[in-house]
Amino acid sequence: MSHQTLDMSGHNCPMPILKTKQALTAMNAKDTIEVICTDKGSTKDFIAFCNQTGSVLISHREQDNYFIFHIEKS
Amino acid sequence: MSDTNKMTLIASKGTFDWAYPPLILASTGVAMGKEVSVFCTFYGLNLLLKDLSNLRISPQGNPAMPMKMPFGPKWFQAINFGPKIPNIMWNIPGLELFATSMMKKTMKNNGVATIEELREICIEMGVKFIACEMTIGLFGYSREDFIDGIEYAGAATYLDTAHHSTQDLFI
Repeated sequence: MSHQTLDMSGHNCPMPILKTKQALTAMNAKDTIEVICTDKGSTKDFIAFCNQTGSVLISHREQDNYFIFHIEKS
Repeated sequence: MSDTNKMTLIASKGTFDWAYPPLILASTGVAMGKEVSVFCTFYGLNLLLKDLSNLRISPQGNPAMPMKMPFGPKWFQAINFGPKIPNIMWNIPGLELFATSMMKKTMKNNGVATIEELREICIEMGVKFIACEMTIGLFGYSREDFIDGIEYAGAATYLDTAHHSTQDLFI
């Protein structure tokens, strides 16, 4: 199991989702990724994305205008 | 892939601003595991041109468009010039290009991807682009004007694809 971080701060919809998808494609099952966003719509979008794709949104939090998502590839 | 995971779009507009919605939805669609095809017809063919640099926005007859400057102090950037400028002004040669470059700058400031980037990702992730053969002939385009890896077909092909999709959008 490996872990990586993807910093998408400053990028707007839909780039954080697209880059996350590309990163997930290259990962193995149970690998995790932390995505850092500044896009205000990203919380709802990441919940919807994980809902549709079956990836597990382990946690998400907001911290000083950053939105941080912790996702596990299923 | 099951039929419930298919999404079809018709891209019918060819201005700089309207190039975004189909490319954003198509790329997000494939990212969410959907099988996406985009049927580009009439001005939507612009999305498939090798050279996207001639795409423009037109403030002409577009009173909904906010006109805010992407530079200068905050109070200046907050002014919406849209309702203050008579629409007839946009007849002046060069203003359309000016408005387009302002829009590009605003997008860059906001971290919005370029059309080229979005299209690149669409292709990389497997969005199927279908160019409308009839409008290619109508507008005098040739296949050399378009990017590689796209399909060429007509209305029946689109309708057949859309018949099996659960999300179908006309843009």
